[in-house]
Amino acid sequence: MSTFLGMPATRTGRGPSPDAAPGTLGGVGRPEDPLHWGASFPDAAKAALENDQLRRNLGNATATIRSKRARVVGEVPDWEALRDAGSAIKGDVLARLPELLEELERNVTARGGVVHWARDAAEANRIVADLVRAKETDEVVKVKSMATQEIGLNEALAEEGIAAVETDLAELIVQLADDMPSHILVPAIHRNRTEIRDIFLERMGDAPPDLTDVPRELAMAARAHLRRKFLSAKVAISGANFAVADTGTLAVVESEGNGRMCLTLPETLITVMGIEKLVPTYRDLEVFLQLLPRSSTGERMNPYTSMWTGVTPGDGPQEFHLVLLDNGRTKVLADEAGRSALHCIRCSACLNVCPVYERVGGHAYGSVYPGPIGAILTPQLTGEKSDLPYASTLCGACYEVCPVKIDIPSILVELRAREVELGGASPDAADRVWKAAMKAASFAMADGARFRRAARVPRALRAISRHGVIKRLPFPGSLWTRSRDLPEPPKQTFHDWWAEREDER
Amino acid sequence: MRIALAATCIADAMFPQAPKAVVTLLERLGHEVVFPAAQACCGQMHVNTGYLADAVPVVRNHVRTFAPVADGEWDAVVVPSGSCTGSIRHQQKMVLERAGLGAEARTATAVSERTYELSELLVDVLGVTDVGAWFPHRVTYHPTCHSLRMLGVGDKPERLLRAVEGLELVPLEQAEGCCGFGGTFSLKNADTSAAMLDDKVANVVGTGAEVLTAGDWSCLMHIGGGLSRGGTGVRPMHLAEILVSTREAPVVPADRQEVAR
Repeated sequence: MSTFLGMPATRTGRGPSPDAAPGTLGGVGRPEDPLHWGASFPDAAKAALENDQLRRNLGNATATIRSKRARVVGEVPDWEALRDAGSAIKGDVLARLPELLEELERNVTARGGVVHWARDAAEANRIVADLVRAKETDEVVKVKSMATQEIGLNEALAEEGIAAVETDLAELIVQLADDMPSHILVPAIHRNRTEIRDIFLERMGDAPPDLTDVPRELAMAARAHLRRKFLSAKVAISGANFAVADTGTLAVVESEGNGRMCLTLPETLITVMGIEKLVPTYRDLEVFLQLLPRSSTGERMNPYTSMWTGVTPGDGPQEFHLVLLDNGRTKVLADEAGRSALHCIRCSACLNVCPVYERVGGHAYGSVYPGPIGAILTPQLTGEKSDLPYASTLCGACYEVCPVKIDIPSILVELRAREVELGGASPDAADRVWKAAMKAASFAMADGARFRRAARVPRALRAISRHGVIKRLPFPGSLWTRSRDLPEPPKQTFHDWWAEREDER
Repeated sequence: MRIALAATCIADAMFPQAPKAVVTLLERLGHEVVFPAAQACCGQMHVNTGYLADAVPVVRNHVRTFAPVADGEWDAVVVPSGSCTGSIRHQQKMVLERAGLGAEARTATAVSERTYELSELLVDVLGVTDVGAWFPHRVTYHPTCHSLRMLGVGDKPERLLRAVEGLELVPLEQAEGCCGFGGTFSLKNADTSAAMLDDKVANVVGTGAEVLTAGDWSCLMHIGGGLSRGGTGVRPMHLAEILVSTREAPVVPADRQEVAR
């Protein structure tokens, strides 16, 4: 097990921290490791499936985004060419990453920014905390950022006495409820408006006491709350959607304008960015600024695209720090089979089309990266044994919509092979059962004559079938018959039928 | 044409009526069908569960068995399964290459290039959509994930079904949604699989169809198991079992029909 994701020692245990007091507002608490928390996937999924309200909310929300996406993608005549271009640009970036990162550093520095390199979460958090403390402030505003979720930056800052205020509406809801995001783009997708009103009333100090659950009222309350924060903050922290190597330009795309506020009002801006977020040239943005909004929110263009290059005297933040985060990415890059996971631009189209995500929601994945992309990215970043590669039917819907053509099903299969290898090193009971079953099946299925004999075995089940079906089998067959019947096996296999037919000829 | 049949392990052992129907159908269309008895399985279950080393002997057996198609002994290999065809086309080479079996990987590629899922063989290779079938029943079609997204069979199965005399094809809501089978997913994530199945069953029942058809008995076994458990009365049937039905030799929807030779 790797140690690079270690958080400061005050929070212990694998699950949500015990002092997080989840409960009244239904938050799951903030875990020690944002990439690995909670129950196993099958158990967490089972719990989520029992929540009918959650299933309905998720079903409606994902269906809405899915159809919006399909509509706006359908109107782009060169969509497939754009996907090819996006994939090719990202492939090029990964092939030349060291050189491009150094080019980015040179250009950011030349324009008055300061570049920091962080090997892991602890280093990145340390760098950011030191920068904030040097500004003698105890509150910072934040633009929604997956990278800072991944490293647990808010919790690390809290331990230094610094309050990090999330300014994206959904991210604010998650933060106030002491919850975890359940979706990359819409982190509070698991919440309905009544819950949001309750969260605001209990945790947002300046919420109007007569607040209702009308969406506009909720948004206005958050807006008033956040406006005060924007105007008083001296430091802002953001992630980045893109960084342009040949100009040193950073880009954030968003919908609410909170990002624009954070990126322009405070004196100091600190951006934490995964090292794979690069594009080589400014012109490459043309491709991604078409791919991203259509894939993520189903919009032709996102409302706000903010770009900045170093520091501009008299305009915007006068101090700019860029923290380049590795945190397992170079390890993913070194793996030929899995590296295309680093193409990901965090659009979340794969979540919205995934039949598994649609039913179990994001928390079941136990990572800030849920859904299909999370199922390939999370285990690669952590390097730990994981049940996430199995959290898929390999239906291929994710690959079909991915704007940068990540072949998620094939990578899932690769990662399953890795899980089998890891399971072979320290097998648990289930690993042993699967291993024995697969060995036996391999023997039976590697030879026609052996298979012909093996294929007759199911016939024995005819003894327990009634009216042509089997309703109950002992374990592990019970995993099947718990929710489905099994048809009565045939009297004669195809192999035997063919042989008989040949004999008769 | 001389066509070799890869029956698939699941249909061979559990649903022989589908490969039998393929034999009858292709012979009716004037082709010769051969069944290489050395065949067993394409290896997909092992690959998709992550047991790549255990998949190697299974895949080698498949490639060895069907290698003659690469030398022209047969004109094509037909598989009554989108998912097995997908594995043959997209996974076998990878498995053999990883095992350092370069020459066999090349043979696998050559075999896969002449291997077709049933609707592909009929429409693309044999150039036929009306196979002379008669099936006077209300039918709905579930496009299985691998036939839809790995193979891209598109509307070929529906074109074949629309050409069947007497058949009423009714559209399935959320047809392209996965049924939740996913091979060993149905066991490893049994609860999630069942939740997906519930939705698929509800959509199938909503069509009012008498028969649910698809190009894969694996998915049909799953959805059929749900339809049966729910007491819905909807019968799962493979595409081939419908296409083989004629006025002279009609196939009646039933739990298990033995297709006439």
